[in-house]
Amino acid sequence: MLPLDIHSLWRGRGKIRGGVHPESHKEATADQPIVTAFPLPNRLYLPLQQHLGQPAEPVVRVGDKVLKGQLLAASQGPISAPVHASTSGTIAEITEYPAPHPSGLPTPTLVLEPDGEDRWMESAGIDDPFSLTPEDICARVDKAGIVGMGGAAFPSAMKLNLGWKTRIRMLIINGGECEPYLTCDDRLMRERALEIIEGVRIMLHGLQCPTALIAIEDNKPEAYAAMAEAARKHGRIEVVLVPSLYPMGWEKNLVTHLTGREIPAGGRPTDVGVLLHNVATAYAVQQAIRYGRPLISRVVTVSGEAVERPRNVEAPLGTLLSELLAFCGHRSERTARYVMGGPMMGDQLPHVLVPVVKRTSGILALTPEELHAADTRPCIRCGRCVSACPVGLLPLEMMTRIRAGQFDAAVGFGLRDCINCSSCSYVCPSRIPLVQYFKYASGELAARREAQQKTEQTNRLAEEKQRRLERVKQEAAQRRAQAQSSAQGTTP
Amino acid sequence: MSAVRLARSLLTRANSPVQAIMARVMMALVPATCFGLFLFGWPALYLFSTTVLSAVLFEAVCLKLAGKSASLFLWDGSALLTGWLLALSLPPWAPWWIGVSGAALAIIVGKQVYGGIGQNLFNPAMVARVALLVSFPLEMTTWVKPTPMFSEHAPGLLEAFGITFVGAGAIDGVASATLIGFAKTELSQGKTLGEALVSGQFGSLSAWLGWTSGSLGETSALLVAGGGIWLIRQRVITWHIPVSLLGTVAFLATVFHLFDSEHYLSPLWHLASGGVMLAAFFIATDYVTSPSSTQGQLIFGAGCGLIIFAIRTWGGFPEGVGFAVLLMNALTPVIDYYVRPRIYGRDYKGRPLKLPDGKQ
Repeated sequence: MLPLDIHSLWRGRGKIRGGVHPESHKEATADQPIVTAFPLPNRLYLPLQQHLGQPAEPVVRVGDKVLKGQLLAASQGPISAPVHASTSGTIAEITEYPAPHPSGLPTPTLVLEPDGEDRWMESAGIDDPFSLTPEDICARVDKAGIVGMGGAAFPSAMKLNLGWKTRIRMLIINGGECEPYLTCDDRLMRERALEIIEGVRIMLHGLQCPTALIAIEDNKPEAYAAMAEAARKHGRIEVVLVPSLYPMGWEKNLVTHLTGREIPAGGRPTDVGVLLHNVATAYAVQQAIRYGRPLISRVVTVSGEAVERPRNVEAPLGTLLSELLAFCGHRSERTARYVMGGPMMGDQLPHVLVPVVKRTSGILALTPEELHAADTRPCIRCGRCVSACPVGLLPLEMMTRIRAGQFDAAVGFGLRDCINCSSCSYVCPSRIPLVQYFKYASGELAARREAQQKTEQTNRLAEEKQRRLERVKQEAAQRRAQAQSSAQGTTP
Repeated sequence: MSAVRLARSLLTRANSPVQAIMARVMMALVPATCFGLFLFGWPALYLFSTTVLSAVLFEAVCLKLAGKSASLFLWDGSALLTGWLLALSLPPWAPWWIGVSGAALAIIVGKQVYGGIGQNLFNPAMVARVALLVSFPLEMTTWVKPTPMFSEHAPGLLEAFGITFVGAGAIDGVASATLIGFAKTELSQGKTLGEALVSGQFGSLSAWLGWTSGSLGETSALLVAGGGIWLIRQRVITWHIPVSLLGTVAFLATVFHLFDSEHYLSPLWHLASGGVMLAAFFIATDYVTSPSSTQGQLIFGAGCGLIIFAIRTWGGFPEGVGFAVLLMNALTPVIDYYVRPRIYGRDYKGRPLKLPDGKQ
C-alpha cells in the first residue's frame, strides 16, 4: 500500500505533459459583472436530453400552466436527469427542435411560453444542509437535475452516489477554466464565492469525504483571492493555484498535478480515491439544497470579436443562443464561425437558433481573422503535435494511418486514448485538422463495432432458428414414431 | 537591431507557419553563409547562387509536372532551403555543374519522387552530397585555402567566372586540404598526429572561427553553432538531436584521444571541423527525416554521432556526415515504430497501469 491515508505525503505534485498556451481572449469578458437582468425571451426551448444518458420523459401536456422550477420531464433509467421549467408560463408544444450540436439535428424538445410573471413554485429549502444524510443529498441533487456544468453533462448525483459508496479521499473542484474566451466560472468564483464554498461543503458532507481542493489557474488572481477568502474559515477546503496551461482542466491532468497519481487507462478518478466537480456544479448544488431551486439557469460567456459587448449573462435554460448574441450586440456579417463552449473543445454550430442547455458554458461568434484560417499543407513531421499532446500520443502517425484507412493501426498508436483536446491541431504549422481525423476515425470505429454486433446478433438468431426448426422436426418425428408404435400396439 | 526588427516583421507576415519555420532556419544560416562567401570569394558566390536557383527551378518543374499549386508549395521555402544546405556542403570552388546536378539529385531524386515535401525518407541535401561525393570524388574533395574577397590571392569577378563556369580550376598555391582529410593522409603514411599537426597549417582557434579550408559554409563551427542555438531558442528545433549527436562525437573522441592521442584527433578538433556542426543543428534536425518523439531523437542523434566518428576514424572517406545522416534516416521509421512516448495511464508497453493496491 502506498501511504494513501497520510494526507501530506500523498499530495506530492505530479508532472503533467504537453499542453499549449493559446491566446486567452478572456480579457474581453473577465472584468465585467455577470448580467442577471436578461429579459425573458418569448419562447424557451428545453430539450429532453441535456445530459449524458437517457433522455427525460415529459410529465406535462401541451397547454399545461407551469410554475418556475416545476418538473417538466422526469429522468428515465439509471443515467438520466430531469428537466424543469425555467420560468412560469404555458407549455406551447412538445416537438422536435434543433439541438446545440454540430449536426444541428432536431431532438424532442419542450417549448415553454413565459407568462412574464416569473413566479416560483413553492420550494423546500433546507436551513441546515448538514443535517441531511448523504443519501438525502444525492436524492436532492438528482431531483434538481444537476449535471456536470463544465461540458461533460454527466448527471452529478451519479457521481456523488459513486462517491459515498466507494471511498473518496479527496474532492477536487475544477475552477481551471483553461479554454480561451470562457470566463463564466471565473466570474462565478469572483461574485458568488460564498455560495460555491457552501456547495463544496455540502458535497463533502454528501460524499463523507475529508478534504476538498479547489484548483484555479494562476491567470485568475481575483477569483483565487475571492475563493481563498471565502474558504478561510473552512479548514477542510483548500484553494490552490495551478499553472495556466491548456488542457489543465482535463480532469486527469488535474488529478495528476494535484495528487501525483496517474489514473490507469480506462479508469476513473475514483480509482485513485478522487472525485472531480466543476465550480458551477458546486454552485448549482448549493442552490438546490439550500433553496430547493432546481437547475434552470446558468452563466454563459458570450464572446468573440463579432460580438460588440461581450460579457457573461445568467440566462434561463432554453434561451435561444441567437437571442443571447443579439442582447450582446452581435454582428452576423462579421461572423465566420459559431462555437458553443470554448474554441478548443467546443462544438461548432451550423446556426444559433438552438437553445442554451445545461452544458452551455459559452457561445462564441468568431471573425475570420480570429480563426487564422489558412490552407492545409502536407505534414512536415515537425513533431509539434507530439510535444503538445497531453496524453503522450503521436498525432502525426495516427493521422497518416487514418488517411490510409488503417483505423486499426491508428488504434495501435493510441487513438482510443485521445481526449480530443485539439492541442495538436492548435500547434500544427501545416494547419492539419488533426483532431477532426481522430473524431472521424473514432466515430467510424464505433459504427463498425455496431454493425458487427448487428451481424453477430443476426447470425445468432439465424442459428437459433435453425436449431429450433430442427428440434421441432425431431419432436415431430418422435411423435410420429410414438404414434406409429402405439398404433402398431393396438392393431394386433 | 534594425535587422532583427526587419526579420521579425518578415516572419510575422509569413502567410503560413511552415514558411515562417523555413524562414527562421534560413536566417540562422545567414552568418555562416556570409562568412563562407566572404572567405572563399566570388567563385563561392557563383556556386551558391547556381545551386540555390537550380534547386528552386527543379522544384518548380516538378510541381508543374505533378500538377501541384506552385503558389502553395514553391513559396514554402523548402526547396530554397534544400539548395542552400547543399551549397553550404560543397567545396567552394567546385564547378557550376556540381551545383546544378546536386540540386537535381536533391530535389528530384531526394524529394519529389517520394511525393514532395514531407514524404521523403532521406534528407535531400545529403542524398545529393553523398551521390556527388561518390560520383565526382575529385571535384568534391578539391579544397582551397581561405582567399577572402579583395585579398591578394582572391580571384576577381571574371577570373572567378572562369573557375566556376569554364572549369579553369583552382589557382596554383591555393589548393589545400581539410584538417580531417590531412590527418587521414598523414596517418596512413605512418606519421603520428603530433608531427602532422605541427607541420600542418591548422590551428584550433582558426578552425572554430572558420579561417581554414573546407566546405563553403561548414568551416566556421562557431557561426554555425550560433545559428543553431538561436534556432533552439526560437523553438524551431529542440536540443535533443544536436546535443546527443555532438555529445556522442565528443564522448567517443575523448575516450579514444585519452587512450591514444597520437592516433586519434582530440574532441575539440572533431567538433570544430567538417560538417559536424552543420549536421547537428541543421541537417540531422530535418523534421521530415528524423524521429518525432524526443526519445527517438536522442537515439537518432547518438546514432549519427557514432557513425560520423567511426567513418572519420576508421572509414575510407575523410568525412562521414552525409553517410551517417542517410543511414540514420533509413532507421527513422524503425525508431518511430518502436520508440514512442508513454501514453497517460499506461506503461511503456501500452498496458493500463496497475493501481498500488493491485486492482486493475
